[in-house]
Amino acid sequence: MKTTFFCILFMVLPLTAQASLEVLACEPEWAALAEEIGGDMVKTSSATNPLQDPHYIQARPSLIAKVRRADLIICSGAQLEIGWLPMLLQRGNNPSVTPPAPGFLEASSFVSRLDVTGLTDRSQGDMHPQGNPHVQTNPHNIRLVANAVAERLAQVDAENAEFYRQRLADFTQRWTEAISGWEERAAPLRGKRVIAHHKSWVYLEDWLGLEEVATLEPVPGVPPTATHLSTLLRRFEGDEHADFIIRAPFQNDKSSNWLSERTGIPAVMLPLTVGGSDQATDLFRFFDDIIDRLLSAQG
Amino acid sequence: MRTILLCFLSLYLLAGAIPALAEPESEIDLLRAELKQMRADYEARIADLERRLDTAEQTAAVPQTTTVQAPGTATATADAYQPAPSIGQPAMTGGGAFNPDIGVILQGMAWSYDHDPEEYQIPGFPLSGHAELAPEGLSLGEAEINISANVDDKFTAWLTVPIHVHEGDTEVEIEEAWIETLALPAGLSLRMGRFMSNIGYLNSKHPHSWDFADQALPYQAFLGTHYLDDGLQLRWLAPTDTYLELGGELLRGDHYLGGGEGDSGVGAYSLTARTGGDVGFDHSWQAGLSYLHVDAENRPLGGHAHADEHEEDHDGDEDHEGDEGHEDGPLMFGGDTGLWIADFVWKWAPNGNWKQRNFVFQAEYLLRNEDGFYTMPDADVLPWDVNQSGWYVQAVYQPFPRWRFGMRYDRLSSDNPGAAFADSILMPGSDDPQRYSFMTDWSNSEFSRLRLQYTLDKTSHEDDNQWGLQYIFSIGAHGAHSF
Repeated sequence: MKTTFFCILFMVLPLTAQASLEVLACEPEWAALAEEIGGDMVKTSSATNPLQDPHYIQARPSLIAKVRRADLIICSGAQLEIGWLPMLLQRGNNPSVTPPAPGFLEASSFVSRLDVTGLTDRSQGDMHPQGNPHVQTNPHNIRLVANAVAERLAQVDAENAEFYRQRLADFTQRWTEAISGWEERAAPLRGKRVIAHHKSWVYLEDWLGLEEVATLEPVPGVPPTATHLSTLLRRFEGDEHADFIIRAPFQNDKSSNWLSERTGIPAVMLPLTVGGSDQATDLFRFFDDIIDRLLSAQG
Repeated sequence: MRTILLCFLSLYLLAGAIPALAEPESEIDLLRAELKQMRADYEARIADLERRLDTAEQTAAVPQTTTVQAPGTATATADAYQPAPSIGQPAMTGGGAFNPDIGVILQGMAWSYDHDPEEYQIPGFPLSGHAELAPEGLSLGEAEINISANVDDKFTAWLTVPIHVHEGDTEVEIEEAWIETLALPAGLSLRMGRFMSNIGYLNSKHPHSWDFADQALPYQAFLGTHYLDDGLQLRWLAPTDTYLELGGELLRGDHYLGGGEGDSGVGAYSLTARTGGDVGFDHSWQAGLSYLHVDAENRPLGGHAHADEHEEDHDGDEDHEGDEGHEDGPLMFGGDTGLWIADFVWKWAPNGNWKQRNFVFQAEYLLRNEDGFYTMPDADVLPWDVNQSGWYVQAVYQPFPRWRFGMRYDRLSSDNPGAAFADSILMPGSDDPQRYSFMTDWSNSEFSRLRLQYTLDKTSHEDDNQWGLQYIFSIGAHGAHSF
């Protein structure tokens, strides 16, 4: 009798305790990370899907409704979402996720940002003066943000603080091992020269020792132009050499294919986030896939 | 480096040398000794600095990636990858280098008409507010200055000041100046000050975010392009999965549709309900229903009204009243105005990637009832109870980055107000006023836009071919656009 009772209790308890927190991530990688740390205690959703350019989405009514209900919002920040997030926060009428409340977490403020220009001269393109916001392409950054996510979850949901800390410890251990595996496999990529569609990959390049020699966009945020592409063609059909032309899945492949066909430099699509390719089903496979794709393109 | 130091040193010596001239020999020797000592010190420091510079240069020459160590030492690497000083400094959320954020939107245009735009009238729909046509030829349009910032953790503030040239005079307005709460519980937010009313879809859009160079016809005819006023706005967002927002406003009723002399300080109110959602990743929509009620007393209307006497009463009042120099007395309305607006917007972008390709369908229907009295130019007072309606439907397609193509059809219709108004501007023509507009625009980035528009205007007795060129440039901070 007692056993049955406990058995039922154990079946019911997790159900009642489940998904007490609603986490809204601006990008899928932070939703994935919140799941790693929060497990069954959190219900996550992402404002953008893996095949969307997080710079340019609409401040849709459905997202305003999500902000209203969220307990924690996790975004890359550094002005990546400047075109829509401020509007969502303003219309969402939810003070617990409006900065500087602890319910708002800006991932890029927990890592060492690259390309911090402080410049706001837009003739250089749509620059992010506080640095490049695409911090998720370096797994060391993910580790740093994981700490912050666990800390915030513990703060917003103090009852389960210990649960989050344990999951963080577990995640960190598996993640650190994974990083050493990736770095070992990616060793041959060191020093390779890369042409990027947009400056989405500076953290990946920094991590793997790739060298970005050009971008398909003439300046950040301005789509590739015929003039700029022909300049690139002159450069790279001549003496100059590059190993990859990389783009994110949501960036039009016409420009990279055009240049690839004429120069023989392989064009590679890399997932920019979890779910960005069929293989990148979670945070671990996201980096697996990036390295797989680069290694196989290298031939 | 060394030259600069020596230069400073000699300046220092020169300055010192003037009093030194008067000093006895022995002190000069002393100074010489001191100088020698200083020189030795400086040279030692310079040598040290140079050494350090060399080291720094060598470190910098090695790519930054060296902070991540070679594969196989990953455990150490994870610890070596330490956060830099930027850590913990929020890089968000729209807050730029300055407080407050300042943005300027510059607009300019060139229009060509078959008929004189100064004489533009829509029979049955006297125009007010900013509803007159843009001047023929090259003109500046308006420069819009937006200043915004969080006041503290509980309030945010916004100021919009358009500057434009109207009949040779430079006019500065306060178009918006409001404070909004950030921390009200239960999904509430309260806005106070002057703002563009939340009614309809287009009403609260700034001109720079319009998809056409001019405002849709029903808004021009019924709201003087848009209704803005001083007051309070309360919005409540339901805690539901589906977006549902209810809003209400209490307003002064001083600006067109309101206006006039006798308002008691609360001359208007509005109610708005809005919902919306997604259909897959590609589609999203929003629909709204609004009602605005305005109690007007001697509201001047149309090109025959004269602004000046009212401008004196209401400092900061708009330049609604249009042309000056007409002989007639003012045409004035007193009574109740009720305006219903139903709005619907459908947006499509493959997988929500707005920048590549998108399509927006948008339609609104406005129904206005005015019940009261008109004071005619000859001082007759005539009863008036008339329904007028207007609608527009538009579609804008961006087939590839930068270029958009749009079409709009807008139309008005009106009850016959009765034979007493037969010779006045309040009598509608035999055909409903309507327009066909086509536009294409090119945006180099989100901050620049050039637009060409053609409108076949069938609103007056004679058709008008209207060609417009427009530019819209945004510098400084640029707030996120609403859906």
